[in-house]
Amino acid sequence: MATKLTTPLSPLRNVFDRGMTVLAFGLTIVGILPLISVLWNIISKGLPGLTAVMFTKPIIDDGFANAVVGTLTMITIASLLSIPIGIATGIYLAEYQPTTRINRTIKFLTTILTGVPSIVVGIFTYNAVVLVSKRLFDFSYSAVAGGIALAILMLPIIALTTEEVLKLVPNNFRLASSGLGGSKFQTITRIILPAAVPALTTGVLLAVARGIGETAPLLFTALFAQDWADNLTSPTASLPILIFNLYNDPDPVKNQLVWTASLFLLGVVLVINLPARFLANRNR
Amino acid sequence: MREIHKPAQELETAIQVNNLSFFYGASRALESINMTIFKNHVTAIIGPSGCGKSTFIKALNRIGELEGKIKTEGQVELYGQDIYHPQVNLNQLRRQVGMVFQKPNPFPMSIYENVAYGVKIGEEKVQRSELDNIVESALQGAAIWNEVKDKLHKSALGLSGGQQQRICIARALAVKPKVLLMDEPCSALDPIATIKIEDLIHSLRNDLTIAIVTHNMQQAARVSDYTAFFSTDESRIGRMVEFGETKQIFSFPVDKRTNDYVSGRFG
Repeated sequence: MATKLTTPLSPLRNVFDRGMTVLAFGLTIVGILPLISVLWNIISKGLPGLTAVMFTKPIIDDGFANAVVGTLTMITIASLLSIPIGIATGIYLAEYQPTTRINRTIKFLTTILTGVPSIVVGIFTYNAVVLVSKRLFDFSYSAVAGGIALAILMLPIIALTTEEVLKLVPNNFRLASSGLGGSKFQTITRIILPAAVPALTTGVLLAVARGIGETAPLLFTALFAQDWADNLTSPTASLPILIFNLYNDPDPVKNQLVWTASLFLLGVVLVINLPARFLANRNR
Repeated sequence: MREIHKPAQELETAIQVNNLSFFYGASRALESINMTIFKNHVTAIIGPSGCGKSTFIKALNRIGELEGKIKTEGQVELYGQDIYHPQVNLNQLRRQVGMVFQKPNPFPMSIYENVAYGVKIGEEKVQRSELDNIVESALQGAAIWNEVKDKLHKSALGLSGGQQQRICIARALAVKPKVLLMDEPCSALDPIATIKIEDLIHSLRNDLTIAIVTHNMQQAARVSDYTAFFSTDESRIGRMVEFGETKQIFSFPVDKRTNDYVSGRFG
C-alpha cells in the first residue's frame, strides 16, 4: 500500500520552512531600504523648493534651465556618436565570424572598456579632446568634449547589448533568408535588426540613462557655467556637475537648487528606465 | 502516382552529384556520393538518424556552410554548372535551389511580407501589382491561399505549424526556383498537416524538381519517384547504399541493408 498522502511534515521542517521564508522576506526589505531612503530623502528635500521658474532661468538667476539644456545637448552628442558606432560594433561581433581572433579581441577590448572608471575616461578626454581642441581650434572646455566623454562610456554598453540581442535572434531566420538568396547585408538589415528592435531600444535607453547621470567624465571636459552656454564649443553646465559644484554653496537658494536638480535628474533617469524595462520584459 | 516507364537516360538531369564527400572540420561526414536528381521528379533521401541525409541535401544549395566550418570534395552540377566553382554567386545559387527547413521558420512579419521577401531582395525591381500577383500565385501554389487570403497582412506567426510550413513553401516558390530542397518538412507537423504537404509535393512536381529528406519511409514511398537510401556503419561516415526508382527500392531492394531498413528491421 502507498504511504498515506496526508501524512504531515515533521514539525521541525515546518518551523525551518517558516523561518527561512521570514528571513528571505526580511533581507529583501533590507535590500530595498537604501532605495526607499534615497527616494524619500531626495523627494522631501527637493520637492518643496520646486518652482516653475527653475526650468526657465539659468543658475545665475537661481534656476537650472541651462544645466538641463546642457545635459540634453551633451547626451544628444553622445548618442549621435555612440549609438551608430555601438550598434555597428555589436553587429560585427554577433554576425561576422564571431569565432575569429580579431572578433574575439574586439569583444575583449570592448568588455574592458565597460570597466574603465569614468574619471579615467574624463581625464583621457581632457587630454585627447580638450587640450587638442585648444591647440587646433581655439576652444577648450566644451559640450563637444563632454559629449565625446559620455559617448566613450556609452559605446561599450551599446555594443555589448547589441551583440547579446542579435545572438538571441533565432538562427532559423538567417538560414531562411539566405535560402531565399538573401545576402548577408539584406539578412541583417531586413530580418535580424527589425526582429531585434525592441531589445535594441532597451539597450540604448539604458546606456542613455547611464550617460545622463555621469559626473566624472564631465568634470574637466564640459566644465561648468553659471549662465547659458554660447555654443557647443563653450563650457557647458550639466545637472550632475551642478549638484557637485553647489552642494556646499553658502547661498541657501543655490543649495536648494541642488536638491531640486537631484530630484529632476532622478526623475529623468527613472522615466528613461521604465520604458526600457517594460520593453525588455515584453521581449521575454 | 505518375507512371515512370521512361528509362533513366531519357530523363533530364537537374542536379548531378559526382563523388561528393563532406567534412566537418577534420571528420568525414559523407563519402563519395554519386546520384542524379531528375527534372520534374521527386527524389527522396531516406536513412537512419546520423547517416548524413540532411548534410547531403544542405550541400546542394551550400546552405550548410552557414552552420560551421565544412569542406567538400567532389562535384555538384546544377544543369551542368558546378555549384562549388570558386566564383559561384551563392545568392544566385540559392535563388535557383530553394529550401524548406525541418521546423517551419516564417519571419516575424506578415504573411504577405514573408512571401514577398525573396522577390523584394532580388536584383529585379518588381512593381507592387506584379508583386501582389506573385504572392497570390505562390500562396495558391502552396495550397494555402484560401486559408490566408483574408489575413495577408496579419503576422505569419499566428498560423498553425502546418500553415506556417506551407507559408515557407510559398515563400520558396515565390522566387521561382528550379529545384526545391525539403529537409524533413513534416517532422514537426501533425498527420493532417503532413497529408496536405504531401499532396502539395505531388502537385508541385509538374513545374519543379524536388529533393526531400525524410526519416519516414511511408512518406518516401508515397511522394517520391526516386529514392536514395543512405546509411552509416561503425565509422559514422554516411554513404549512399542504393539509389533507384522508389518502387524498386521498396519492393526489390538490391542491397541487403536497404532491404533490412525498408522492411523495418533497423533504423
